[in-house]
Parts: sequence; C-alpha cells; structure tokens
Amino acid sequence: MRRTIRFTVNGDPVEVEVQPHWPLLRVLRDELELTGAKMGCGEGECGACTVLVDGKPINSCIYPALEAEGKQVLTIEGLVSPDNELHPIQQAFLEKAGVQCGFCTPGMIMSAKALLDMNPNPTEDEVRHALAGNFCRCTGYVQIVESVRHAAELLSKNTKRTGTGE
Amino acid sequence: MAEQFVGKSFPRFDADKVTGRARFINDIKAPRMLCGKILYSKRPHARIAHIDTSKAEKLHGVRAVLTGFNTPDVRVGFLGDQTALKRDKVRQFRDEVAAVAAINEETAEEALELIHVEYEDLPAVFDPIEAMKEDAPLIHEVDARGKPRRNNILPLPWKLEAGDVQKARAESAFVVKDTFKTTWVHQVCMGTSGCIAEFDVNNNLQFTSVTNVPFGGKDRLDMFLRNIGIKGSTRILTPYVGGSFGSKLDTDIYEFIAVLLAWKTKCPVKILFDRQEEFAASPPRQPIVGTVEQGCDKDGRLKFRVVEMILDNGAYTSWGATTPSVMMVPISTLYRVPNISFRATCVYTNNIYAQAMRGYGNPQATYVVEQSMDQLALEAGIDPIEFRLINANEPNETSPMGLKITTCPMKECLEEVKTRLDWKKKQGKHDGHGVGVACFLHVGGGARVYRSDAQGLILKVDDEGKMTAITGGTDQGQGSETIIRQMVAEATGFRPQDVNIFQGDTEICPWDVGTHASRHAFMVGHAILMAGAQVRAKLLAMASTWMGQLISRNLQKKARQDSDFKVPDVDLNLLSNPENLDISNGQIFLKSDPENKLLRLPVAQIVRSAHMVGTGRGEMIVAEAFYDPPNEMLNAEGKGNLSCCYTFGAHGVEVQVDQETGQVTILNYVAAHDVGRAINPMLVKGQIYGATIMGAGYGLTEEMQVNAGRVMNPNLLDYKLLTAKDKIPIDAVIVEPIEPSGPFGLKGIGEPACVPAAPAIANAVADAIGVRIKDLPLSPEKVLAAIKGKGK
Repeated sequence: MRRTIRFTVNGDPVEVEVQPHWPLLRVLRDELELTGAKMGCGEGECGACTVLVDGKPINSCIYPALEAEGKQVLTIEGLVSPDNELHPIQQAFLEKAGVQCGFCTPGMIMSAKALLDMNPNPTEDEVRHALAGNFCRCTGYVQIVESVRHAAELLSKNTKRTGTGE
Repeated sequence: MAEQFVGKSFPRFDADKVTGRARFINDIKAPRMLCGKILYSKRPHARIAHIDTSKAEKLHGVRAVLTGFNTPDVRVGFLGDQTALKRDKVRQFRDEVAAVAAINEETAEEALELIHVEYEDLPAVFDPIEAMKEDAPLIHEVDARGKPRRNNILPLPWKLEAGDVQKARAESAFVVKDTFKTTWVHQVCMGTSGCIAEFDVNNNLQFTSVTNVPFGGKDRLDMFLRNIGIKGSTRILTPYVGGSFGSKLDTDIYEFIAVLLAWKTKCPVKILFDRQEEFAASPPRQPIVGTVEQGCDKDGRLKFRVVEMILDNGAYTSWGATTPSVMMVPISTLYRVPNISFRATCVYTNNIYAQAMRGYGNPQATYVVEQSMDQLALEAGIDPIEFRLINANEPNETSPMGLKITTCPMKECLEEVKTRLDWKKKQGKHDGHGVGVACFLHVGGGARVYRSDAQGLILKVDDEGKMTAITGGTDQGQGSETIIRQMVAEATGFRPQDVNIFQGDTEICPWDVGTHASRHAFMVGHAILMAGAQVRAKLLAMASTWMGQLISRNLQKKARQDSDFKVPDVDLNLLSNPENLDISNGQIFLKSDPENKLLRLPVAQIVRSAHMVGTGRGEMIVAEAFYDPPNEMLNAEGKGNLSCCYTFGAHGVEVQVDQETGQVTILNYVAAHDVGRAINPMLVKGQIYGATIMGAGYGLTEEMQVNAGRVMNPNLLDYKLLTAKDKIPIDAVIVEPIEPSGPFGLKGIGEPACVPAAPAIANAVADAIGVRIKDLPLSPEKVLAAIKGKGK
C-alpha cells in the first residue's frame, strides 16, 4: 500500500510514492538517488545517514519517510553552491583533515551544520556533544572537532564579509 | 634546494568525500543487478543432514539458490580449510549454508526464510585450551589434502629461539612470570563489507571490491575461477572504501559466494553486509592467552624473555593465524633482550575465525610484554620509565630476530612522555590517580611477508602539463591521495594540484603487494623517486630539443607585436643542453637564469610540441618503476630483517580511576612517535590520533562478547566504540630522525599508534589502583572488582 508524500530536498520540491514502513534514507538513496547520506548501521546508532529535517539533524535510517511530508530536507548534496563551490564546513573538513575514509563524513558535516546554524561559535565540548551520535573509526575525532571549530571561523569571516550566514 | 612540498600540512585532496559524490560500494548500481544474501548456520557445530531450498526457488523474483550441494566442492582460504558454501558440516555460527540472488533485497531476505536446514548437532568446543586436549571434539576431521587430522592444533608451529634462556634465567637477579588475556575486537569499518561480481560473455569476471590487496584478491579469484572450471580472468575495481584496518586483506567467503551467484545467474550480483552481519560474519582480531616470563640483572638489564601464546583461531583459517610472525617483532626486539624463546599455537575452535587488524598481532604481543616490563621494574625496584631507558633499543643494532635497526629515537620518545606527563611527581601513588607508559616498535619500511614486497607505479605526463600517477596501491582513508601528490611534485618539479591519481583497477594499474603493513607511503615514495627521476630526465631531454626554437619563435613574435621590444641578447644554444635546464612549478627554465621569464616555458607547451611534431617522430613522457625493497623474508627459524626500518615510540597515560564506579578517565595522553620524516604532519597526526583512540578502545571498552560461539553484541549500541564525547586529550609528538632507507626520510605510520595504547592504559590503571588487571578490556566492572579484591 503505497502513499504519496511531498517535501523539498535541497530546495527542490519532490513527490515520491513510498511504503509506510520505509525510512527516509531509503527514499533519499534509492528513490531520489541522493547517495551522499550513508547506511552505516540501519539502527540509528552510527549517524552516517544524518540529514537535516527543518534544520534539525536526524538519523534518516530510522526516520519514517512519511514524517517528511511537507518538510524541508537538507542532505550533503545540498551544501555545495550552484557554481560548485564547497560550503565552508566542507572546506574546513579538508583543510583540517576531518576526513579520512570519508564514509562518516556526510553525516558528520550535516551534524556540524545543524550545530553551527544554532551556535556559531561552539566550544570544544559543545562540538563533541553535537557529534556524539556520529561515529568515526578513522580519525579519533580530534581533527573532526578541529574542522568544525575551523568551520565556525570561516563562517564568521563570511558573515562579516557578506552580512549573511550563507 | 630546500623541499617545497614534502613536510607541509597540505589540505586533503579527496574533496568528493565531503560532497557526498564519492561513490562507495553501497552507492554503485549496475543494470540487471541482483541482490545476493547469505544464510548462516544456526548451530556452532553440526552435521548438515538436509537442506530444502524448494520453496525459496519457487519464490517470485528469486534467480538462484545455492548450497554446498549444488556448487563445486572447491576449497578456499589460506589453509584451504573451507568451501564457500558448506556441505558436510557447520563449524561455527557464521558458516555459510546457502545463498540466494534475487531481484531485490526484500525478496532475497524472504527467500532465506524459506530455506529449511536440518542439523545433527555435534559436541562443540569454544575454549582453545579445552580444544587442545586429546578428547576434544575434532573441528576438522581431515586437512585440505584429505589427510586425517588428530587434533585441533593448526600445522603452523610458530617459534623463535635465540641465545640461552636457561642460562640467562639462572643468572637473573629478578624474574617475573604472568599470564594475560585479550578478547575479540572488531575492525568496525564505518562502511560495511560488500562487492559486485559480474561476468562478461567471454567469462571474464569484473569484481568491484573493497579490498586493499587488489592483486592478491585477483590471484585468489583467478584460482577460484580455474578451480570451478571457468576459463576467464578477473579484473578488480576498487571504489572509495569506508575503512579497512586489516579487515579487507583476505578475500572473504561472501566474495566467493557473489562470484558463484553471478556465474549462476549471468547477472551482476551485489552482496552488501548489514551491520549485524558485519559483526557476526566478518573476521575480527582474535583473542590470545599469553604467558610471559622475563628476567633482569641487579642493574635492571633484561637477560631473557619467554613468551607462549595461544591463539583462538576459530573454525577456519585466514590471516589471523599468521599474526605470530609479527608478534615475533616486539617479543624479540622490543628493548634489548639477548635471550628469547617464543612459541605460538593456533587452535581450531567452534568460534568465529580471525583476520588481520591494525598492528597484526603486535597489539596483543606488546600488551603482554609491556605489562611484564612494569612487573619486572617493580620487582627490581626501578621506576618504569628508567627501567625502559636502561633497556631501550639503540640505533644501528641487530636484534636476536635479525631485525636491523637503523634510526631509533626510543629514548627520545620516552623522555617526551616523562617530561610532558610530569612523570616523577605522579608515578607510584596508588591513590586512584596514576600514570603508565608503554613503548612499541613496528615495521616501518614494508614487511616481506610474501616473496615480493614491491610496488609498481607509472607516471604519465599529458599535454596540459598534468601528471597522472597510476599506482597499484589503494586508499582506505589514510591520505595517500594527498601525500602521493606532494611526493610526486617534489620529485618532478610539478605542482601538487597538477598531479592526478589513478588507482583501483587491476587491468591498468601496475602490480603491488597490497596496502598493508604500514607500507604504502614507504613503497610508493620510493617508486615515485625512481619514476620521477625518469620523468625529469625525459622532460629535460625533450625540452632541450624544443625550447630553443619555441623561445626564439616567442621572442620574434613579441618583437613583431611590440616595436619597443628588443630581442635580448641571450645564447639560446644553452637551452639545447638538458644539463642546463631544470623544472619547478610545472615550468622548465635555464638553471643559470631562473628568474628570466623569457627563458622559461610550461611543461605543457613542450610536451604538446613533442606530441604534435607531425613527422612521425613524436614522443610522449611515460615512466615506470617497480620498487622492491631490500628487506628479507623470515627464514625457517623465524629470523631475518623483515623490514627496511622499524618505527619506535612511547605512549604515556595519566588516568583517574573512580573508586566508586571503576570508571577510568584519561586526563592526559602523550603519544610520541618516530615517523622518520612527516611528509604531511597534519595527516601523520591524523593517523596517530585515530589509531590511539582505536587502541584506547581496545584497552577500555571494546569487546565482542562471544558466548558459546555466538556474537552476542553484533551492533553499535552494545559493541562499545569510543565516541566524540569520550574526550581523550592526545598530545601527538612527532619525532623525525630522518630515516636513510626511507623515501624523503619517512617511515610507515598507519598502524603503530594502535599498538601501545592498551598496555599504557593498563599500566596507568595498575599504578592508580595498586593492582593489575590481566585481561582486556579494563571495563568499570573489572576495575571495581579489582579495587574491591585488593589485599584479599
């Protein structure tokens, strides 16, 4: 028994037929071919599937797709600008080596985005708290935390220059 | 000339990992692709009486149902002790009993539920010590050649003897002996295992794989194809890989099953593990029981070391059974010990079997040795750091195993720990607050575990002035895509951003042993120096042919366009001698006049001229190198110079132990590492941080709970990884002795920091609570029990 849901993904309106039990991650990856969000566990533990729904980070592997009706979903694919420029958080993850194998990275960056949208200048403990639900096996988190704090600096420079946070 | 690119913290080049465009095995689809799924055993040890697959075969959407009864009886694995699908009996819960390929995941899962297997239970054994007894149930009745087996001990008698242990024991003033245990821990790559197998109409197999040993994998799959009667060969493609840590060294059983399903259906078949399957059905690091005895003279000089290891091999054999070859390195050579005896016994049980994991036996061996070092220091009444300094390895010495140490800043690393932790003030209080130290050595210049330890590389220059480095190595996240660019740029005079990397295709890439044993930077670095020198020589020769006429033409053109421009009085003949030329930043120039813009040309213009010469005498620039290092395979006695150099270091930990809960908090952590030379200090620190946290997890929280052969915690909620909230303040200290055998002075750094973390933490906890816990991990329950049992 399929149902049709409508929501926006990275600013684009979409209409998808879904089974009621499907998690949002399945819709994003299999129906919309947005494969940036990753399935690391399927149980809401690892955070590799993190996307933002109305600005809040969620584990899309256990978030029911039906819940997305009428909401705004932001995935990692939505962070690069239309002229293919990296978002400052993405840039920061490269500059501070917050990336190793890259599997956790999309989820990690989305959690960081949710944090920095709310708290533009987080302390180390605040960053660690915000990323507690995103597992990484490569980095030991040190350079991820450095990346997020570096991103905060890059974003604040952007704000000063352009007057907006984007 | 000072180095321009090496030694600098370049940002990572793998930008598509941050955009979500990097394609992992999870993200790859092919037309007509089927989903493969595996049915695992429901028994730890049983005869398979009957398998009924009829219902599954009739399910709409199912394309193949395979069992051991309808697939060739072909043995796979390092000792050939299993088949892809099991026919006679199952020997562990992860035994692959049947497999299906279906049009989608739901159908494949439904089909598995329709398969009915009848088992006849056999007595099982889960403890390696029990399994060694004469009356223990036999896990394997026959070996790979069909010869009857009498017991469960693997035919791999690992041993190493040097000097005279008996005599040294008699001469020792202090002797300690104890037994330590470690548990199963999993690599827990964030990307789970997976592959896609497909055949073309000529019976060639294209295999998209997460392996970090593409050519070894190709060998194994080619042999498998031959053995099952398929006259084709394998091409391995590797996409972005979500971590490895040893888990992707061997060709795993699911990969052979994917090949069988793809052959049966003639469709691409993808098998992708879910997280539970990853924990329960992929081979982790095995547990050991290690007994260690050491003695020293009255001044604290080590006289002898005896280590006996028993490894729970599980039901089958993968590379886990060969980790004693690396255990030998610390057991024989960590500190100066003249008399050594080491024996390791690998025992079949009905448990899950084991593979490689970061450090390859070294974490278990160093855990055992370094705790014994603290016990002996205590016995001799010497401070643990002073005791280690007395016995520290020195440069340019040969160890009893025949390891030839080149550079060795072990003492420097120990001094770093001592100073940075303020050791003297904090050690020996037993008041809930303690410090601990552990050193390590690991292979730093490859490890000749096969007859070859070589790496192939091709450098190709195009007429846009870009260079492509085609390498047989792989990247699992360690950062080779960044440091290869830095080293190629350094070796050739190109800019890092003009270097592209092509890897992960056995059809095109030159041969390589595999990206294991912390060897990649070392091997590819040497290959870059070899091929880079050729590129430079060829380019300068090409430039000497073309530069004179191109520049002369440029000057005349400029003079025509600008009447004020006077053609300078330069001897263009100088440009026709390659020895007068050099390359920097992708430009070729006259050495004697490097600042003269009129006398320099971009590489692109010269290569284009040579390509487009129009007379049938065009030239291109391609160079190749196959670097095979001068290290040695171990001989029959387990001796030989396994690696070109060895990397050393010391970890120091300060802990606070909560006396009420047993919780261990790490207050300070110093990780001092000899890296030879840091090509990219930021990425080197990334390896140190990541491996240290992995090692700290081994010490404190990680444990696969295996109960009667079954993994009880196959998920990330119950398998306790350290998270971002577990803040461990790591002070990563890079020590750079500049290794003469290493390219640009480097040593490998992928694994080492994983090695000393657990013993350093164990030593710190023992210092804090005054009692030693002898098995991992140091969970709050064990720590609390130790505190409560103190003095009893």
